[in-house]
Amino acid sequence: MKKYAQMQTLVAFLVGLLFAIGMGISGMTQPEKVIRFLEIGPGWDPSLMFVMGGALIVHTLSYRFIRGRKSPLLDTQWHVPQSKEITKPLIIGSALFGLGWGLGGYCPGPGIASVGAGQVTAVVFVIAMLAGMFAFRFYDKTFQRK
Amino acid sequence: MMESITLALLGGSLIGLAASLMLVFNGRVTGISGIMNGFLKSPIKDGLWRGAFLGGLILGGIILGSVRPDLFVNESGRSFGMVILAGFIVGFGTLMGSGCTSGHGVCGLARFSIRSLLATLTFMAVGVVAATGLKYIFGV
Repeated sequence: MKKYAQMQTLVAFLVGLLFAIGMGISGMTQPEKVIRFLEIGPGWDPSLMFVMGGALIVHTLSYRFIRGRKSPLLDTQWHVPQSKEITKPLIIGSALFGLGWGLGGYCPGPGIASVGAGQVTAVVFVIAMLAGMFAFRFYDKTFQRK
Repeated sequence: MMESITLALLGGSLIGLAASLMLVFNGRVTGISGIMNGFLKSPIKDGLWRGAFLGGLILGGIILGSVRPDLFVNESGRSFGMVILAGFIVGFGTLMGSGCTSGHGVCGLARFSIRSLLATLTFMAVGVVAATGLKYIFGV
């Protein structure tokens, strides 16, 4: 909605800021911690389970209240994904993401926030991630869409 | 360990709060790979909010990193080659699977989406197999 575009931009900026601080505090921006969480066996570090736990406690509750409204505060309609279809790309793509996450220890958000913190490995990761995104877009255009 | 868990819960709650603010004000889900994809397609598509969000993520890293650089260390021991491979697969996979930890794991699960539940179980399971496999098979 045009009228509130500037306010929406400001909200998105603040949400990004808060999100990055949350990821940093929680430990998600330390790949060796992520990897120790994903490595099952002696020395397993379960603490990162509580990141999703904390986020879900807050957001699962707030989601119900928020969606009780007719519309968001700064827009006339919701933009929440509606698709219900279980597709092959959903599962294969998620499996690929999991593989990359286990290999590198970064998922997209912590990778980007760590670029801000000046972490060189994260810069390498994010550049490769951008390449992967462009590669998917090319693949999708070439082979999927008739 | 207790301190780790407390920080994880605190940081996780902030992530949940951030996603809630995005939803109540802008009516959107905070899926980072999806927002990036939209930004790459057209940086000004329905406003400048995507770029602003990504800028906020980076500024958050700058601010927190200047106070607590220890929160952003990378002591994984993974080589640059592996990090490049990992980044490429993460970029490709998150677009193919329409989401990552934030979009499926937080926003999707919070609204009880079956798609997101399956996606989350899949990337967690494969992540565990990949990391554990590297450790025990290759000793990395």
